[in-house]
Amino acid sequence: MITFEHVSKRYEDGTLAVDDLSLECATGEITVLVGSSGCGKTTSLRMINRLVDPSSGVVAVDGRDIRESAPAELRRGMGYVIQHGGLFPHRTIVDNITTVPRLLGRSKAESRQRAAELMDLVGLTPDMARRYPHQLSGGQQQRVGVARALAADPPVLLMDEPFSAVDPVVRAELQQELLHIQAQLHKTIVFVTHDIDEAVKLGDRIAVMQVGGLLVQFDTPERVLAAPADQFVERFLGVDRGVRWLSFLSSEVLSLAPATTAESGVSDDQLRAAGTEWVLVVDSEQRPLGWRETARPGDGLRPIGHTFVPATDSVRAALDAVVLSPAGLAVAVDPRGALLGVAGYDVINKAIANAGGRA
Amino acid sequence: MRFPGHAAAQTFHFQKVGNWQWVLNHIGYFWSLSRTHLYLALVSVVLGLALSLPIGVLAARRPRAYPAVLAVSTFLYSLPSLAVFALLLDITGLTDNTVIVALAVYAGTILVRSVTDGLRSVPEEVRLSATAMGYRPWRRLVGVELPTALPVIVAGLRVATVASISLVTVAALIGNGGLGQLFIAGENSDFITEVLCGVVLVVFWAIVCDGAILAGGWALTPWTRKQR
Repeated sequence: MITFEHVSKRYEDGTLAVDDLSLECATGEITVLVGSSGCGKTTSLRMINRLVDPSSGVVAVDGRDIRESAPAELRRGMGYVIQHGGLFPHRTIVDNITTVPRLLGRSKAESRQRAAELMDLVGLTPDMARRYPHQLSGGQQQRVGVARALAADPPVLLMDEPFSAVDPVVRAELQQELLHIQAQLHKTIVFVTHDIDEAVKLGDRIAVMQVGGLLVQFDTPERVLAAPADQFVERFLGVDRGVRWLSFLSSEVLSLAPATTAESGVSDDQLRAAGTEWVLVVDSEQRPLGWRETARPGDGLRPIGHTFVPATDSVRAALDAVVLSPAGLAVAVDPRGALLGVAGYDVINKAIANAGGRA
Repeated sequence: MRFPGHAAAQTFHFQKVGNWQWVLNHIGYFWSLSRTHLYLALVSVVLGLALSLPIGVLAARRPRAYPAVLAVSTFLYSLPSLAVFALLLDITGLTDNTVIVALAVYAGTILVRSVTDGLRSVPEEVRLSATAMGYRPWRRLVGVELPTALPVIVAGLRVATVASISLVTVAALIGNGGLGQLFIAGENSDFITEVLCGVVLVVFWAIVCDGAILAGGWALTPWTRKQR
């Protein structure tokens, strides 16, 4: 557990970067510090590994004041990942990853063995080991950064906007993989971001900070979205706050209706005989292919947009699916992709209304 | 520049430019002059590098020291070499040291800039992540910052070495060996072949040394090469 007790940081020029911060980052959880630039989130993070020393207050790890440890030793026990990776350009990927084990005096063979395992864990192929950082894409470099931070198996991982510099698709991948890695390793992670979506997606708890280094709310993402502490948090969460909150509502609550279906070879006459406005075309294994409008057989197959899986997806995904659907019906499928049923606006509406009291 | 004896040899005797027999007879002499020449030039560069590393590190670390170091090094570089030799003669006398000290200062002024610029070119996030991973300052400098700065330092080293090899010729004027003696002797006796031999040899050694440093730098900085 990492504890901040009445921690403040005032710089020589008088700016207050962090103002009386008290916070507990639970062991084995991801704590996200979120806020716009200048809110002191990076300063707070850097106080954990003594890149910055507080002006007053105490930062402790597992009850022990970190000032009792020499900075270099303390840092070797904490993984650190930053934007752009901060990889050493003159070292190969494997040598980058083995940095901390080598600093700790572990043998080359043992460190390399560990590096190979980590490369596999973060999704890098073994042939990349001998390359240099500039030969990798931004996303790959970030993976190396994560592997390097994990190399000495530190209990604590500090991440400062690690995924901010990559494109949204790669970012989503990296976020997913971080959650995947965390499910296996249970590190105590402190993660800094300015992106509320990222905070909500990754955080077990999120700390919303305000310019001037003030902690305004510290709670689970669900609670922060449902009940912002004040107007600042509410504004920071943006106009999508309600819709974002729906990502915590499982789409299992939706009562699905059966869809009118047809096989792909359906004739225009059969289509008109279906009796509903829209017919969902499926393949032989009941996987949805697209919609056809019975009144306009000439239009052919219309795309579904996307489907949702009630077991794993949220109402937010179902809502998105219904908005994109030409038929105004969100298509639910099982994990294998076979049709389960459909949900219209009315069904989703009702589910949201039922849950709305909490939001 | 007027060499001693220049006035006495006003009339330029027309002669065969390429006196090959003379050249062949003096290969051993050329070799001995070349050795002295390279010794003076390279020792100066090594000393200059040793001098510029601590100053360069300091200038890179202290933003306020940077302009001062730059001003001093530019000033020293602008001093005419002959004047520096003359000034040094009073201190070190007519020895190799005079040449070496003067040339080390010249090489140092070039290298200080390379070391400083090289270190300043190390990305801030590289420095930061090295510190955050538990590097202490000295080890970070040697293990991360200097290697990352190496391409820039090597580029400076090439310039300093070539400049130094060229400047050693001036040392002949204060009586110290090196290929510059071929200029003086050739000029004194109106023997153009000897002067040309000096020029060719200086250029030859400059190219050889430049190539050697280039190759060394290439071997030491595999990360700067193009992708396979």
